[in-house]
Amino acid sequence: MELTLWTYEGPPHVGALRVATSMEGVHLVLHAPQGDTYADLLFTMIERRDRRPPVTYTTFQARDLGGDTAELVKRAIADAAARFQPEALLVGESCTAELIQDQPGALAAGMDLGGIPVVSLELPAYSKKENWGAAETFYQLVRGLLKGQVPEPSSPRPDPGQWREQGRRPRVNLLGPTLLGFRCRDDVAEISRLLDGYGIEVAVVAPLTARSSDLLRIPNADANVCLYPEVAATACSWLERQFGMPVVRTVPIGIGATTAFLREIHEVLQLPLPPQLQPGPQGAAALERQSRLPWYSRSVDSTYLTGKRVFIFGDATHAIAAARIASGELGFQVVGLGSYSRELAREVRAAARDLGLEALITDDYLAVEAAMAEAAPELVLGTQMERHSAKRLGIPCAVISAPLHVQDVPARYSPVMGWEGASVLFDSWVHPLMMGLEEHLIGMFRHDFEFVDGHRSHLGDSPPATSAGSAEAPVVAAESPLPGLSWSPDGEAELAKIPFFVRGKVRRNTETYARQHGLCQIDTEALYAAKAHYSR
Amino acid sequence: MAVPLVVDPPVLRESGQREVFCGLTSIVWLHRRMPDAFFLVVGSRTCAHLIQSAAGVMIFAEPRFGTAILGERDLAGLADANAELDRLVAQLLQRRPEIRTLFLVGSCPSEVIKLDLAKAAERLNQQHHGRVQVLNYSGSGIETTFTQGEDGALQALVPLLPATDQDQLLIVGTLADAVEDRLVGLFQRMGIGRVVSLPPRRSTDLPAVGPGTRVLLAQPFLSGTARALVDRGAQLISAPYPLGVEGSRAWMAAAADAFGIAAAQVAQVLDPLVERGLQALAPHRELLTGKRLFLLPDSQLEIPLARFLSRECGMELVEVGTPYLDRQLMASELELLPPGTSLSEGQHLENQLDRVRAARPDLVVCGMGLANPLEAEGIATKWSIELVFSPIHGCDQAADLAELFSRPLRRHSLLQFN
Repeated sequence: MELTLWTYEGPPHVGALRVATSMEGVHLVLHAPQGDTYADLLFTMIERRDRRPPVTYTTFQARDLGGDTAELVKRAIADAAARFQPEALLVGESCTAELIQDQPGALAAGMDLGGIPVVSLELPAYSKKENWGAAETFYQLVRGLLKGQVPEPSSPRPDPGQWREQGRRPRVNLLGPTLLGFRCRDDVAEISRLLDGYGIEVAVVAPLTARSSDLLRIPNADANVCLYPEVAATACSWLERQFGMPVVRTVPIGIGATTAFLREIHEVLQLPLPPQLQPGPQGAAALERQSRLPWYSRSVDSTYLTGKRVFIFGDATHAIAAARIASGELGFQVVGLGSYSRELAREVRAAARDLGLEALITDDYLAVEAAMAEAAPELVLGTQMERHSAKRLGIPCAVISAPLHVQDVPARYSPVMGWEGASVLFDSWVHPLMMGLEEHLIGMFRHDFEFVDGHRSHLGDSPPATSAGSAEAPVVAAESPLPGLSWSPDGEAELAKIPFFVRGKVRRNTETYARQHGLCQIDTEALYAAKAHYSR
Repeated sequence: MAVPLVVDPPVLRESGQREVFCGLTSIVWLHRRMPDAFFLVVGSRTCAHLIQSAAGVMIFAEPRFGTAILGERDLAGLADANAELDRLVAQLLQRRPEIRTLFLVGSCPSEVIKLDLAKAAERLNQQHHGRVQVLNYSGSGIETTFTQGEDGALQALVPLLPATDQDQLLIVGTLADAVEDRLVGLFQRMGIGRVVSLPPRRSTDLPAVGPGTRVLLAQPFLSGTARALVDRGAQLISAPYPLGVEGSRAWMAAAADAFGIAAAQVAQVLDPLVERGLQALAPHRELLTGKRLFLLPDSQLEIPLARFLSRECGMELVEVGTPYLDRQLMASELELLPPGTSLSEGQHLENQLDRVRAARPDLVVCGMGLANPLEAEGIATKWSIELVFSPIHGCDQAADLAELFSRPLRRHSLLQFN
């Protein structure tokens, strides 16, 4: 028994729902009590879906338990098959139905459903979670539909370079994108476009937007891209074992990873590496022209990003990618890295070790919040849970991973994969921070009362209570110099060179400095002395 | 004495998929009402996920509700499960010393494995005697629908209420604090001296109950609590529910009548409210009149809402669905529904949506799972969950209540993209 207040992942049958709802023409019959239908709102509200998820719930009640719940399951299956005429039917159960052991999969197998393929799901609700459930459902669906096509173990493995002899373009499948995954819709578009630019065709995208007939075409491709390991790893491994299909495992998030992804896919498909993908300065320069991230990161404004302390938590794929981009491509300092994806804990631990950190593997959001507070970051990259924790701690935050909320499904095109994805990440991670020029000015005038320590004009709220008032009491001079203090002509001339929007503040700071140092006249030297004083 | 002839409206009873929340959902408003109480669901990850999804966002640092998630080991042996629950409660109480009442909330899995939470509560009461009172009720989906969870929680409190013979009015059902203050003030102006509430604002500040107590239900889903209070000697006042000007007036007048307060006195207090309420309602009535309304079963507020929207706002009722029909608690409401109103009890979701599509109503009241799909078909919707989170009770709130329904229609006529 485990105490949970908020949870990163739902139960495994929610993973099954994600796969079914992502696809077209697939229907899921879920043996579940009344109340479990809440899961529909995840799709209709968070994803703003304009259709109900293709799910029939048996919604059994206590009074049904005395009678024949198996009959209820069969009726639900028959009704769903008749009404929705699905191309494939998934049958599963939620946590409570698992306890009453009606075996809905076996019941469905014994029914005449007019030849609709039925895939039975085992979703152990008391030991597994949502992402596992999604991976299992996708795997069972792929396996169930393709089992008739599995070649003899003795037959030769297909040659991933066979596209050449067949006189066609090389083809890959993009596996793993689902609804309620982070930015999957746009990632698929971005990666499809990216591959098209290298003459690589995308054959099947699944589960998102796929029909069961599309899954039947999976083996026609030369390789599988495991785009979201949390969902696709199990199916990719099975396809590799049974069909000899190679798997591209690099997840193309960030400049380095996108480059590595392209190199890997060229190697797998036995494509010659084009010059811009060759390692070396010229290739790098060519690649960097594809995305704005490298130049934006090198531009002087970004100097202020150097060593920003960043705390990262999310699913394994996005957390690992974020750590790599943050440290290597933005020059941040990663001060915490963790994930709730226990299935991929090893990978997260390795990534943390590379940064000299110990990974935080937990699904207790309070432990994450405590670690966050302890690490004292200047930026948090996390899930919706970390967004709330960071808000409480007064730390800017960008969301990088599921669990997500309605704001993480933006109307505009905003992938996080590929070249455009890297540009999107630059904006989304840097905008919560103060702009470089703004930070510079605030540093210069930090003693002004407008700029109390902890000033956060970029966050649109008042500074956190802990830091407000901790600055030394600012000394504010009157608008005109006090008697006994005047500006020399050269001092005035120098002051006039300062941009108007900060001139008033410089004047006041300088006068304050002059009074504190017993000066009677402010000349050019006094102005620079004051500047040196305030920018210390 | 002539027995009034009440012709029960015909009711369509259906069974099939029900698209409703389970009783655990009511924790979302109950925990806010009693900030010194903690609601511990003994259930599965699904339960935790449901509450978090129904609440919409995860906004609280540490909410005053949580789920003790059963694991494989707990299923293997109930002895272990009980020991685990004890350990977890001790840990929770140590972390949250301000908690005075702990509700153990039963769920579908805990009911199915027959984990006896009543016994667990008894045991925990001994372990934490003097520090916290431990109660239990079921919010499971196999036994309760959405708002029925509040009925369970309040029913669990009834045995703890002290006894009294004092004449008093007991308002039962969670109201927004401001609305409650307003209503209590009005009752006192009418001449009802003592007015108490269940649930109270502090879980330990329980009202007393006894033969002098007249119970006035503020919510229509409290059947079990009403029965339990009657068993404690209280008298149940039969009235419509305080939704809309007419309903709220009748509700308050029924209470006054139970205390023998003269009609003139009641009128003196309520008439100005009624007049003002109707004025505020007028613009909404103009928008809603003649519009066709379909209520899907969800919050159990459907019948009182239908009564308000038809009689006070001029809407036409296509179908009024209710998760279950308690004829006793709905008696005064059913009398007020227009003759021939289509009532349905229970749900066969697909059939019901077929009827929605065939009828093309102007507005559908439904849960969040159905709202966007119906909007995409061009049918305006109102989320039923908003009705349990918003202050909607009383004459003063009637216009606000109507606005919840007129806004989607206003928005539909406002938007244009060409």
